[in-house]
Amino acid sequence: MRIHLVNKYYFCRQIQDMPRLRELFWSFFKIGTFTIGGGYAMIPLMEQELVNRRQWIDREAFMDILAVSQAMPGIFAVNMATNVGYRLRGFRGSLAAIIGNIAIPIVIILCIATCFRFLKDNDVFEAIFKGIRPAVVALIAAPVFNMAKTAGIRWRNCWVPIVAAGLIYLLGISPIWIILVTLAAGIIYGHYKEQRKEGV
Amino acid sequence: MIFLRLFLTFLKIGAFTFGGGLAAIALIQNEVVEKQGWLTSQEFADIVATSQITPGPVGINTATYTGYTAIVNAGYSEWLGIVGALIASLSVILVPVILMLIVSRFLMKHKDNPIIAAAMSWLRLVIVGLIAAAALLMVTPDTFGHAGPQLWVSISIFAAVFVVSLKFKVSPILLIVLSGVVGGLVYGVIL
Repeated sequence: MRIHLVNKYYFCRQIQDMPRLRELFWSFFKIGTFTIGGGYAMIPLMEQELVNRRQWIDREAFMDILAVSQAMPGIFAVNMATNVGYRLRGFRGSLAAIIGNIAIPIVIILCIATCFRFLKDNDVFEAIFKGIRPAVVALIAAPVFNMAKTAGIRWRNCWVPIVAAGLIYLLGISPIWIILVTLAAGIIYGHYKEQRKEGV
Repeated sequence: MIFLRLFLTFLKIGAFTFGGGLAAIALIQNEVVEKQGWLTSQEFADIVATSQITPGPVGINTATYTGYTAIVNAGYSEWLGIVGALIASLSVILVPVILMLIVSRFLMKHKDNPIIAAAMSWLRLVIVGLIAAAALLMVTPDTFGHAGPQLWVSISIFAAVFVVSLKFKVSPILLIVLSGVVGGLVYGVIL
């Protein structure tokens, strides 16, 4: 089984250095535990750990995994862990990487959640959170404008996000329906364009 | 059966989260606060703040905390709240992990597929609208205060954080901590 996996999925430079499950777990444990602020903040740390330090994957493979993890649905960091773990040690490798990546964050959140229940009625605590709540809304709103640039929004297509936001905010339509329709339309359009290219 | 509904809701959220932690927050907000009514928008804002200043992927943190709060709010004990947290965090990654395993196994060669690329460029536009809607939906008396001084303080904090995070590359963690300090001073000492 081990040899089979090596031949088929282990695309790395040093095949003799097949990582142990324990090492995979600890690498993703470090990545998950020492990044605050979510998935994309993990990219530099992942590159440092997986490409430079452990040398499990080369930079090109890293970029490929990055692109696929961003294109697929789900939590970006978990997608990365799944793919890297699978490449290196198959299904069990992906489990080790995922558990390593999310175990400590989950434990920390559970500790905070249980403690906060007792602090909820504390005046100081409430005062602090009264200040934080509008900041949270601003921290969701501001990236919208930065993302607009990277998503390629121009005058001719700016109606798309505006209509999407309006449908959700004003009409209460579920974002999931909007994503489904967009995916379907995008695939049909892409297919149509491909066929025209082939026809020419 | 709230545990089953929690599982199905987060299964759905995970399967449709495209484009990072904020997209996950937008979907969780819509499903859990707007549709199911398991949390108030005040509780959700507190959860998002906590998720952004603690280690780990923001999407996982938010799912864990939301799962806990939803179960406890429904009148169950804290132990069952922890079960709810685990259900939410595992179901939110279930569909994506299965898809990623399939992709890692079979499809890595087709990553440059033009049809998928076209669909993704359309999705990226829509996700921007989705996150904008989540931000708009979170502007409620719950988070900004009903009227009077709290509303004005909230609007000032919102404007300041909005401008600073748009214009300068300041870490959200710092901005959340600073707003907490401002809140503590304004509501605890001055008002």
